[in-house]
Amino acid sequence: MTDTTPRIYVSTKRRPKEDGRFVSGAGRFVADIARPGMLHVALVTSPYPAAQIINVDTSVAAACPGVVTILAGPELANATAPLANAVDTPGVKIFPLAQSTVRYVGEWVVAVAAETRAMAEDAAELVEIDYDPMPFVVDPTEALGPSSPPVHSDHGNNILYDRVFTWGPVTDDFTISPHQLSFHVRWGRSATVPIETFGVIAEWGAGNQILDVWASIQMPSYPEQIASSLKIPLNRVRVHYDVDVGGSYGVKRGIKHTILVGYLARKLSRPIRLIEDRLENMTGGDMHGPDRRFDVSVAFDAQGVIRSLKLRALEDVGAQTGRAPFQLGKPVSAIVGAYRINSVEYHATAVSTNKTGQTAVRGFGMSPTNVALEMAVDKVARYLSLSRLTVRRRNFIRAYEFPYRIPSGSEYDSGNYHTVLAKARDLSNLDKLLARRDAARALGYVAGIGLATCLEPGGGNSAFEPLLNPKNETTTWPESCAIKVDRTGRVTATIATSSSGQGHQTLVATIIGEELEIDPDQIQVLHSDTLSALPGNTPVASRMAIMLGGAAAGAARKIRERVIQIGAHNLGCGLDDVIYCNGRVVRVGYGGQFITLDHIALIAHREFHNLPPGLSEPGLQAIHVEQVPQGGTLPKSDGRVQMYPCYSFAAHMVYAEIDRLTGKVSLEDYSIAHDCGTVINPDIVRGMVIGGAAHGIGAALYEEFVYNSAGQLLSGTFVDYVMPSAHEVPYIRVAEHCTPSPLTSHGQKGVGEGGYLGAPAAVMSAVNDALNPFGVECLELPLRASKLADLLAEAE
Amino acid sequence: MKRAVTLTINGEAISSEIEPRTTLVDFLREDVMLTGTHVGCEHGVCGACSVLLDGTPIRSCLLFAIQAEGHEVTTVEGLVEEDGSLGLLQDSFWETHAMQCGYCTPGMLIAAYGLLAESADPTEAEIREAISGNLCRCTGYVQIVDAVRLAAARMRQQ
Ligand code: FES
Ligand code: FES
Repeated sequence: MTDTTPRIYVSTKRRPKEDGRFVSGAGRFVADIARPGMLHVALVTSPYPAAQIINVDTSVAAACPGVVTILAGPELANATAPLANAVDTPGVKIFPLAQSTVRYVGEWVVAVAAETRAMAEDAAELVEIDYDPMPFVVDPTEALGPSSPPVHSDHGNNILYDRVFTWGPVTDDFTISPHQLSFHVRWGRSATVPIETFGVIAEWGAGNQILDVWASIQMPSYPEQIASSLKIPLNRVRVHYDVDVGGSYGVKRGIKHTILVGYLARKLSRPIRLIEDRLENMTGGDMHGPDRRFDVSVAFDAQGVIRSLKLRALEDVGAQTGRAPFQLGKPVSAIVGAYRINSVEYHATAVSTNKTGQTAVRGFGMSPTNVALEMAVDKVARYLSLSRLTVRRRNFIRAYEFPYRIPSGSEYDSGNYHTVLAKARDLSNLDKLLARRDAARALGYVAGIGLATCLEPGGGNSAFEPLLNPKNETTTWPESCAIKVDRTGRVTATIATSSSGQGHQTLVATIIGEELEIDPDQIQVLHSDTLSALPGNTPVASRMAIMLGGAAAGAARKIRERVIQIGAHNLGCGLDDVIYCNGRVVRVGYGGQFITLDHIALIAHREFHNLPPGLSEPGLQAIHVEQVPQGGTLPKSDGRVQMYPCYSFAAHMVYAEIDRLTGKVSLEDYSIAHDCGTVINPDIVRGMVIGGAAHGIGAALYEEFVYNSAGQLLSGTFVDYVMPSAHEVPYIRVAEHCTPSPLTSHGQKGVGEGGYLGAPAAVMSAVNDALNPFGVECLELPLRASKLADLLAEAE
Repeated sequence: MKRAVTLTINGEAISSEIEPRTTLVDFLREDVMLTGTHVGCEHGVCGACSVLLDGTPIRSCLLFAIQAEGHEVTTVEGLVEEDGSLGLLQDSFWETHAMQCGYCTPGMLIAAYGLLAESADPTEAEIREAISGNLCRCTGYVQIVDAVRLAAARMRQQ
């Protein structure tokens, strides 16, 4: 299946709407917003991984110039409800400021509000806190043990979630398979680390009794959680979505920040702003990502056909719960990747340790799992002396098998994995790469080729929520769009989210333009606020092309239908006698007699007498709330569930050389072929794919929140937490393939996460191909230069 | 104790009384209200705060505003043409979609501007070198490299 639909705007190169304001310095980020009389917050944080708070003395700080108030944990906890706990872990209550104990280095203990940020920082340094250090745990395997100190003492131990899922005849499949392999893979603690830290402003309106919030946010249920923690009605919380978000990729979820400033704004009746500095962001920002250890076993035959998979995942979520354990849930949606694996056992465990809390990171836990899966495929190939391509081809789901249901319950909508892999092979010029590798090896270089594929589920209904927490009955996750055509025929759409680089204004304008056959540049797209917005769930889970695209198409189609009705009536003919074309309703066969959209809009707004009988509502507007395709059902008791509707696919090929002495990895050549169905805007899609891969390269080679045995974070700055620069990311080439989704408005699927899902596995594959002639391997991310240098030194 | 500072910003002479500890980036953003220059780390690594100081890209988080006394500062807002339309480099960034969230973009533009002022036909390696002190978390740099190349080609045609 390929896409041959003629299109006007969809899939054609068009300059994204958003970019004009960014190149001129006219973006409006949260730190660019200043409210009159605004106060600023600085934080006093814990220097210990675990300690009792004995005494807090704020007297000196309070006397500092400009200080308005100093807030400690007990007051805030008395006035607010605990932050949401995704899996309802018993005995775990989290508030923005520590109560009687601290649980990680960087945890917020005291907040200082002052006239300027500098004044707040000055005073924060003078807050005196006495601590009594307590035992703590840093290692997640130790944290599992009954004798480890519980991070949350009321919970009694550190196990926050633990379940074994079995889908299909795992034991039988292992018994009948002639070969088995087992190994261990480690994914290091990293995150998305946007260049903009999190920031939020809250302002309580004494007159309208509304809490206005401007934030650098990308978080579903954000206003709901604000309302519930601050104990105010939801219709008194107004989150403004017309704030540009300086990158997120999942992590911009500053709910505790918002509760803190929301509380202070009401208490002080002044607008109040908290913009994290980089250290606050890296330590107390609760934005770390997955930190996972896998035990993997696969059972396969002599041809390399994998019959069964056992995956044990131990996730170190740190000291806060939040939604972190859910990141073990999303991988269930594509647990077998692109492969026809018959049965799976998945043992998912989340433990708490005395580290900074976790939040959602691009792919929501899938990228680590994909590393485990892809390494298994590589190992099968190596064990049988088959090529890694061959083993993948033998295991791939065949194009004719779609829709294809995997053992854990999800049905993949469409795909053509063999073709995409072939495109990646051709784009990378694999034969040449192999020759290059072998020539480099002959000269004594350490060189390897990496290959990885990945599935990217998109547009889900958050089914991992009921999967991991049966009290949660979420079976939809809608997105909305409202369109109004004004009296002059101009089109304005409103959407219920902020954007963090995904180009939603472009997406919506392109799709409405396509449906109404009018220039997308003439369409206004506004980010609304939570009080005027229709239901929305923010741009998580590669969902917006699918869900917001679907909402925009749905609303535009309603408009179009109405326009045709009014047009036909005013042309004096029936609906079957007209066509809609380029913003006009044209009467077929009458010498091109037509009526324009502008004219129809005027009729709709002003000339009720010219509306067709039966159209009793004046104006020209429509709303559409898109239901998740395939959504609506709860998980079965064995955990099987349709988690996502759309499944994109990508194949990465990379050529790497490792410096023999220093272990430094350089990626010399990088190609990606991907299939995200119909592309809405080619430049945006290309950017997402490459940018995601760059992010994955960071996780693969450089980035890690490192803790020492004393529980101190060693990489809290950009000097120690190394993100790839233009030197480290090669010129990644991209080839596209289009297998439209049968479930979406234009055949589109998700694309925001795929690059990040494929790159870490591809880089690990390349590094291990390079190490292979030396008889060593490294299955620990990040693949640090020092580690690789040691391995090579040992091997020689 | 405040101190007087006088400097030129985007061609305009600016005088102000500021605390000596005010960084140039805070001064630009909070006193002069030019919020196009961003802050990413405040320790000199990310490049989001890049501005031109007498034509050379520098990190405005690592300079006190009073150190810019008598100098000429150009921010992203100053890269537009005289009639207010986008400069060629800015337009090239738009044409190749050399951004996503737009947060690093002003700093990237400054870094690229500094390069193109020196070199009419930079190689890919030179472009990468010029922007390597500016972190972008969104793009993976490829479309930024494309943008700088495009801008250089367009400039050569002018
Ligand atoms: S903010 Fe100046 S270099 Fe990062
Ligand atoms: S465009 Fe987002 S950081 Fe560069």
